[in-house]
Amino acid sequence: MNKKKVSNLKVFTNGFLKENPVLRLVLGTCPTLAVTTVLFNGIGMGIAATFVLICSNVVISALRKVIPSQVRLPCFIVVIASFVTLVQMLIKAYVPALNESLGVFLPLITVNCIILGRAEMFASKNTVGASALDGLGMGLGFTIVITLMSFVRELLGSGTLTLMPGNDALTFQILPEAVAPMSILALPPGGFFVFGVFMAIAYFIERRRGKDPEKEACAGCPSAAGCAAKGACETNGA
Amino acid sequence: MDQSKLVVSPSPHILAKFTTQKIMLAVIIALVPTLVASAIIFGWQVLLLTGVTVGACVGFEALYCLIMKKPIPVGDLSAIVTGLILAFNLPPAFPLWMAIIGAFVSIVVVKQLFGGLGFNFANPALVGRIVLQLSFTGAMIGYTYPASIGGADALASATPLLAGQSTQVPMIDLLLGTHGGVLGETCALALILGGLLLIFGKVISPVIPVVYIGGVYVFKLLLGLGAGGALGLVAWDSLAYILSGGLLLGAIFMATDYVTSPYTRKGKVVFGLLLAILTVAMREWSNMLEGVSYAILLGNLLVPFINVLTRQRPLGVKKRAKEQDAGKGAA
Repeated sequence: MNKKKVSNLKVFTNGFLKENPVLRLVLGTCPTLAVTTVLFNGIGMGIAATFVLICSNVVISALRKVIPSQVRLPCFIVVIASFVTLVQMLIKAYVPALNESLGVFLPLITVNCIILGRAEMFASKNTVGASALDGLGMGLGFTIVITLMSFVRELLGSGTLTLMPGNDALTFQILPEAVAPMSILALPPGGFFVFGVFMAIAYFIERRRGKDPEKEACAGCPSAAGCAAKGACETNGA
Repeated sequence: MDQSKLVVSPSPHILAKFTTQKIMLAVIIALVPTLVASAIIFGWQVLLLTGVTVGACVGFEALYCLIMKKPIPVGDLSAIVTGLILAFNLPPAFPLWMAIIGAFVSIVVVKQLFGGLGFNFANPALVGRIVLQLSFTGAMIGYTYPASIGGADALASATPLLAGQSTQVPMIDLLLGTHGGVLGETCALALILGGLLLIFGKVISPVIPVVYIGGVYVFKLLLGLGAGGALGLVAWDSLAYILSGGLLLGAIFMATDYVTSPYTRKGKVVFGLLLAILTVAMREWSNMLEGVSYAILLGNLLVPFINVLTRQRPLGVKKRAKEQDAGKGAA
């Protein structure tokens, strides 16, 4: 991590596109592919993960001087798991439908790479305030992507948009019944298709903004902040 | 010295007369007999469907390259070939808007997003077909009876592969194509004619189709004999087996795509055998009737590895050096 002061706004907006956790850092792909079949799932998973991410970032940042670096990963996981348990209890109490439709992927937020990745790459090296902002930005980036993906997949794969399963007023039939939906998009291969297309779009936009990782090396690389071999790409002339 | 005659360029210096455009034109010519046969068997709607997929493929390719400000490669005719093969993989009464989605997947998702002709990891038309198959299963298996024998042309009929009925379609119908199926797979004679045109025009090497089709025949024969059938009967059934379904279309026109098949002869043999094993396994032991498209897709994905593992050893180079080289190529 270089010592240059990064502005708070930059920390917050990094997660949207430049270092978008799903599309640019390629972290947290498991929930992204698995739960995005219904819009409701996407929004729910995004909000739950964002909450855990902010809380764990704050706590880990506050404890960063206390945690011995040899055992930091188990410590991070314990902090994250506590917040996931908390979130799961809240969801079970107030939105049982979400708990049912996310199933095992709700407790699996514990091992979501985005959260551990931010703890390792950011929270353990930065102040509490910056870590909270980073958690919020990254969480929003994740929520936006996962919501858009579930929007596309549910709209084209099932022809509907579900804001609340079982509630007819919040479940919309968008495509007319006569138009057969492309059911492949609701199946696992469709998840990979949409994911790939989204990644291509994100890469395309970044390249348009002059941030081509192939040409700019570290300056255009989303993982530069946490890269162990920082600068190696430049000297290799890759 | 006259400088204009001294051309300094990197190798290769001897170029074949084949260009992409000529190869694609040859493939189009080889596909024409099947198209004609299909139009005779299933009626005029075949030509409409084919026209729509070809038009959509060419249109999407031009549109994508226009938006991305790339040179428009429509002149190399490869989009037309993709459109034709995609249409040949659809049943005659397939809804046109679904066919356009298939063309979009083939050209934009599989071909152009990966960098255009030569960079596609799998046969574009094949992936288009598989996406349509998984998306609109009902429409994709709505085979119709040929108008010439069935009368009502919307009557659904079984493909000859439908479990255990392989022998019920007479051999003459399999050859002439007068049975239910997708556009381009039914008329075996037209497909074989197209394949021979390509092989004798030296456009494709006969290795892949021969090994693939022969492999399927031998495996089916062994399975039949293993189940205790009489040799003559099993041999006849196995012949019907290779003429049924999409095997000929896949083996001749889809597995031989230059971009997605191995370039060494040894590699082609391995590729053909792999496809044969996968196809028979999927036809016999999976819950699908036909496995040709999935077999070729899986084969396509393994082609880079087959290429590395079957690399030819230059004359005089010791085996050890070759293996190190292959290891480097794989890394």
